[in-house]
Amino acid sequence: MTTKVSKGSLFPYVIWIALFVIAPILLVGYFSLLDLNGNFTLANYVNFFKPAYLTMTLTSFWYAFLITLFTLIVAYPTAYFLTKTKHKHLWLMFIIIPSWINLLLKTYAFIGIFGLYGPINAIAEVFGIEPTQILFTDFSFIFVAVYIFIPFMIIPIFNALDKLNPTLVYAARDLGASRFTTFRRVVFPLTIEGVKSGIQVTFIPALSLFMITRLIAGNQVITLGTAIEQQFLVAQNWGMGSTIAVFLIIFMVIIMLLTGQKRKRGRV
Amino acid sequence: MKSLVQATIAIVVACALLFFAAHQLEAGGAQGSKDTITVYNWGEYIDPDLIAQFTEETGIKVIYETFDSNEAMMTKVQQGGSAYDIAVPSEYMVEMMKEEDLLIPLDHSKIPNMKNIDPYFLDLAFDPGNEYTIPYFWGTVGIVYNPTMVEDHLTFDTWEHLWDPSLKGKVFLVDGAREVMGMGLNSLGESLNAKDDELLRQATDKLISLSPNIKAIIGDEITPLMINNEATVALTWSGQAADMMWENEDLDFAVPEEGSNLWFDSFVIPKTAANIDGAHAFINFMLDAEVSAQNNDYVGYSTPNAAAMELMDPEVIEDERFYPDEELREHLEVYENLGLEWLGKYNEYFLEFKMSLR
Repeated sequence: MTTKVSKGSLFPYVIWIALFVIAPILLVGYFSLLDLNGNFTLANYVNFFKPAYLTMTLTSFWYAFLITLFTLIVAYPTAYFLTKTKHKHLWLMFIIIPSWINLLLKTYAFIGIFGLYGPINAIAEVFGIEPTQILFTDFSFIFVAVYIFIPFMIIPIFNALDKLNPTLVYAARDLGASRFTTFRRVVFPLTIEGVKSGIQVTFIPALSLFMITRLIAGNQVITLGTAIEQQFLVAQNWGMGSTIAVFLIIFMVIIMLLTGQKRKRGRV
Repeated sequence: MKSLVQATIAIVVACALLFFAAHQLEAGGAQGSKDTITVYNWGEYIDPDLIAQFTEETGIKVIYETFDSNEAMMTKVQQGGSAYDIAVPSEYMVEMMKEEDLLIPLDHSKIPNMKNIDPYFLDLAFDPGNEYTIPYFWGTVGIVYNPTMVEDHLTFDTWEHLWDPSLKGKVFLVDGAREVMGMGLNSLGESLNAKDDELLRQATDKLISLSPNIKAIIGDEITPLMINNEATVALTWSGQAADMMWENEDLDFAVPEEGSNLWFDSFVIPKTAANIDGAHAFINFMLDAEVSAQNNDYVGYSTPNAAAMELMDPEVIEDERFYPDEELREHLEVYENLGLEWLGKYNEYFLEFKMSLR
């Protein structure tokens, strides 16, 4: 196979990738090797293995895992039933519309909704439940994060389900598979690629969430994103901030490798 | 294919137009002609009517932009893209900007109204002889609380009251390393500028023992929570407390006696200035007794302007919570520029404290 694309037409993309993908990563790597006075050092990397940052890494992973899990639990059935509806693309659009609204705005809305005198506590009071502060808890944090990520999880799963050939499902049913077996042995394995890309677009940003850790979780949840923000803005220690970013990049590469290794299917 | 090309062209044209418009707007700010100045100030930190009045009196138009942190302000001034003629940094940021050579010395002969300022607020350690700065507002860090929602013996004249078991899960802190670590050091009776690992360790341990009482560490969102009675006790700046107390009359504010922070925000003329005469005129205008009194009324922080205080409601300036007398001020300390190494340490200890919250 010879490519029909001439080298010249690739030029803009090479420049783009060099400027906006490779150069920033190299810069982050370079800064991570500098101390406060601009001297070369590996101290930042040693620093990262102190208990504080290791614990932070673990909590980041734990919360990112929980967020991804709950997002998947909500998104898969939603996508599944969406494909069964009559105007599925219209419904999909309704689900996507909230993602057009600024993230910060939605987050602030939740501060009102979850507040002591907000609508949720008002409803709870009707049922005789004492109003409690829902804000600044693990629950509120995960709820808001899941809410934010749901559209991003639904889209790839919806696309995978939409492309699924229905005759395969009929065949499985004809051959005596129960509904559950059909789902487990036919539908789910054939849409696993959608699930994987959904997990990628949820888990990776969830690892470095920072704004809602303060606004919704009141800093009760500290993620690596919070640490990066503080190193850059407050401590002005670009070296340590970059080091944390380097580790985040490494973690993300690992996740990409784990969730995206099926390349063979491309060749027919 | 054809529609794809059309869409691409449409997007490119739209981007080009927007870019052009943005450039025009920026240029308006950056040109800095004789009859405009650009003021870069904290949000909600000036009475907008006064800007109009200044333009009316002098014919100088004011482009007004706001920032929300000293660091963000300094970064923008360093980049030099916009012609800021006036900025309003806090004292430790003045020191940093001086070190980075970002300030233009003031010509005191063009600011005759400087005489209105209480000499106590002139010639301070961060700017001897007021070479670069003119004080704008000052204040403290203290505790705002709702007396109807806490036990009677809690008056917060000592930091220890924050550790009271009855406040479990009720205390809000401001998300600032200097403020929170400073509070920890003060509660031990130490200086909030301590550069001593042993002391910082003790202060962090002391703060960690406070974690059961802490509900959240947030920023300006504290204000609506206190106003709506959703929060009971919060560590905050005096001016922010004044805003809250304006909206919710139940609230009270106290500066604990062990000591706390005293801060100053000052006018400076950054290196980016294009209209230096206009900037001096603006500073002088803002120092006028009547103007300053009106501005203080609007902003609610404490003023260093003695002539303005004579025109203000005596009830306001006699309020020791916001205008502590000199004896009380003895216990207050100004943040020193710690240098990046110690600032980093404060930040690490603060992070460790935050990690202990759960």
